[in-house]
Amino acid sequence: MSPILEIKNLNKNYGPTNILNDVNASIEDGEFLVLVGPSGCGKSTLLNCIAGLEPITSGTIRISGRDMTHVSPKDRDIAMVFQSYALYPTMSVAKNITFGMKVRGIEKAEQDVKLAEVAHLLQIETLLDRRPAQLSGGQRQRVAMGRALVRNPKLFLFDEPLSNLDAKLRVEMRTEIKKLHQNLGASMVYVTHDQIEAMTLATKIVVMKGGMVQQIGSPAEIYMRPANLFVADFMGSPAMNLIPARVNMNGKGASFTITRSAAPPLVLHDENIKSLPDNVVLGLRPEDIGDASLRKDRKLQISNCHVDVVEPAGADTYVLMTLGGVEVTARLQAETAAQRGANMEFTFNMAKASYFDANTGERLN
Amino acid sequence: MTNSSITNPLREMMKRFVLRWLLYLLLCTFALYYMMPLFVMITTSLKNLEEIRTGSLMSLPREITLAAWSTAWSSACTGIQCEGLRPYFWNSVLLAVPAVLISTIIGAINGYVVAQWRFKLSNVLFALMLFGCFIPFQVVLLPMARVLGMTGLAGSISGLIFVHVIYGIGFTTLFFRNYYVTIPVELVKAAKVDGASFWRIFFSIFLPLSLPIIVVTVIWQFTQIWNDFLFGVSFSQAGTQPITVALNNIVNSTTGVKEYNVDMAAAIIAALPTLLVYIVAGKYFIRGLTAGSVKG
Amino acid sequence: MMEWMEKQMPKLVLAPSFAASLIFVYGFIGWTAWVSLTKSKLLPRYDIVGPIQYQRLFDSPRWDVALSNLFVFGFLFIVISMLLGLVLAILLDQKIRTEGVIRTIYLYPMALSLIVTGTAWKWILNPGLGFEAMVQSWGWDSFTFGWLVDPDMAIYTVVIAGVWQASGFVMALFLAGLRSVDQEIIKAAQVDGIPTWRIYSSIILPSMAAVFLSAFIVLAHLAIKSFDLVIALTGGGPGYATDLPATYMYTMAFARGDIGQAASSAMVMMMVVFAIVVPYLYSELRARND
Repeated sequence: MSPILEIKNLNKNYGPTNILNDVNASIEDGEFLVLVGPSGCGKSTLLNCIAGLEPITSGTIRISGRDMTHVSPKDRDIAMVFQSYALYPTMSVAKNITFGMKVRGIEKAEQDVKLAEVAHLLQIETLLDRRPAQLSGGQRQRVAMGRALVRNPKLFLFDEPLSNLDAKLRVEMRTEIKKLHQNLGASMVYVTHDQIEAMTLATKIVVMKGGMVQQIGSPAEIYMRPANLFVADFMGSPAMNLIPARVNMNGKGASFTITRSAAPPLVLHDENIKSLPDNVVLGLRPEDIGDASLRKDRKLQISNCHVDVVEPAGADTYVLMTLGGVEVTARLQAETAAQRGANMEFTFNMAKASYFDANTGERLN
Repeated sequence: MTNSSITNPLREMMKRFVLRWLLYLLLCTFALYYMMPLFVMITTSLKNLEEIRTGSLMSLPREITLAAWSTAWSSACTGIQCEGLRPYFWNSVLLAVPAVLISTIIGAINGYVVAQWRFKLSNVLFALMLFGCFIPFQVVLLPMARVLGMTGLAGSISGLIFVHVIYGIGFTTLFFRNYYVTIPVELVKAAKVDGASFWRIFFSIFLPLSLPIIVVTVIWQFTQIWNDFLFGVSFSQAGTQPITVALNNIVNSTTGVKEYNVDMAAAIIAALPTLLVYIVAGKYFIRGLTAGSVKG
Repeated sequence: MMEWMEKQMPKLVLAPSFAASLIFVYGFIGWTAWVSLTKSKLLPRYDIVGPIQYQRLFDSPRWDVALSNLFVFGFLFIVISMLLGLVLAILLDQKIRTEGVIRTIYLYPMALSLIVTGTAWKWILNPGLGFEAMVQSWGWDSFTFGWLVDPDMAIYTVVIAGVWQASGFVMALFLAGLRSVDQEIIKAAQVDGIPTWRIYSSIILPSMAAVFLSAFIVLAHLAIKSFDLVIALTGGGPGYATDLPATYMYTMAFARGDIGQAASSAMVMMMVVFAIVVPYLYSELRARND
């Protein structure tokens, strides 16, 4: 079966500036693709190109196997939900939802049926006669989704739909979108700058920076095996620790020397390494550094480190240290006895370590 | 503020009281300055000539007569004809109504394009069109007179309507463009995804939103066109002159005795429509005046 | 075909207006410029002769009067209107209860035709029966105010009438500008103990540079276009003492049948406006596109 969306060698220039550089991505039917990255990385532009709202300079876009590169938005069989909802201000909720059908000349009776279906699904039946100005943020979001649903498209496009909501509402609506995806089995492309949204909603993530794709993969892949320093730092909260280390290859794999001020260097080992350059950046997530006295696994490497800051955060306690000149965060259980200014034994789970080239930032393992 | 306010609160209060009254006094004085000509016009128009000659400028009429008004309306002389202002009032109406409507509609559509459908040269085109508002119209009088002559529109009201529309489009486009630019661009995107065409989006989405700016534009255009003199005096002839030209003829006609009361009555009649519009919808008029001038 | 039309619709829609602008603004300016370089009299001639019309123009004493009147009138009109407008705006900014009514009163002259304004002030300044007579009737027998018929002073009557008409508008502009200053900056200054007048002079007025510029542009524009007012108030007289370039041009075009002169005077007016307005428009459009 051909993928529902296939982007090949997509380039977009605006005058002399290159906005999207050789983007390749595809999803199968039913997948939830999230485009994530910092402001200005081109994710919204890419979404607009998929929608046909922006022209592309070169490359192809295929939806459902058909070449849509030069097709206008209304014929691409897509629906779109915008960050500001973009509801038609002078029309009622019902008219907002049925406007597209009216334009396409669908019979009034059929319009009413579809309207009722969608209104029931999104629980906005009581709002049908209201104007957008009379609705709350969450209600407007649902009406915007209703407008999209009623088109029964092959592809749903979401352009940062939750960014305008407050934190609590955002979490609620995020779950609703996830449920919608599961219930409908629809294919969705979703843009956000919030990596938590990306991780929770996606079946596939595209991480972007500066108009270029940094990595494409499932949330687990992106999280555990980031392709470069940028992805490692951007995804996951708190961020992955990125520690500069000197490599020494010996008979039993590699050893990593990490400098410390006012203490001898920390040395860690990884037996599974065949070869690495002399200087790497060692990536370890905070949960892969633990409190040695509470450990379950006897095979983890231990080292004694100086604690700078202790941050109790409810179910976890975050402990900050300085290794290799950078601030390192460890995520410990709440029962930890860590004390500011004291030394403590920490475990380092090298099985989960990522190694990056100190110059290019690319992943080495 | 100063130390005395701590030591003498009563003095501070009195100072503020006096300043406030001074403020109101000044404001009232200026108000009188602005009202004075209107007052003089009205009182003079209600006096008879005898009283005007012997009385004083700002005195109230001893005897109120409406004779000057009826003369101004139906028998004052505007050159050879002595039919009063009435036919010229209707000329102005026949001129203003179509000109306002047409220039507003064109301005709305142009503003819509420039604000929401930008293309490569759209801003340049807009700037070039906008510049046309600012030229002194003297520089187009001669060629326009020729063109009107060649197309047989010279001296006709249709010709005047044409002129006012052409030179009004710059402003009306500016007004609508400034208004439509505040509407988020995602609205058009959503409508495009919904399948709506350029015209559909305009009629179903933008037009219903436009009432405030339509009012501003109509008031502005009506005031400009009704009050215009230059185009009126250059492109009309005896029967088709707008009211401003007729007024000037009445006042500056050198035949016979100067009837100041008729002059004043005629001036008020000419001013009434725009004055009424201002009183009723003044708020929107002010918005129109400041629309293009102040940032934001 | 339909698809192409739909895609090009914005351009197709704007095209007629742009074409009209091209012909009736730029084309016409070009025509006038062309004719100003010919020997046209009653009818236009198209063989270019050179700048003789401009030479005639600047040799003509009447044009000298018109130009100097423009500068005198323009300068006084703009400066007095701006000062008066500023004073009124500051006064009205003091949280007056009847602000709406007062603002309406100050502004209504802008709703009047300049012919009406000219007619009214012509009557008021009438030497025998107007202001002069009234003050004399109050006892000051020797009071004279015959400016309207005095060739040296008549231009100042145009200033008086013009200021009356336009100062309310300037006030409205300035009032909007005063109010657009961030209130928090003013509160901070008040907390700092800065006196009100100082707040105005050091904080508010400097931030209103853009509004001053707008007001200047509008007033300059009104001054250059002043035609109706002069015709109604003085008819250009006495003689041609209150002639302005606008009235000069009109006379040459329609009364004297000297199209060459009319064209050249119109082009001079055009160039003055150009020099003032173009830099302003350029900066405004750049700012709005940011």
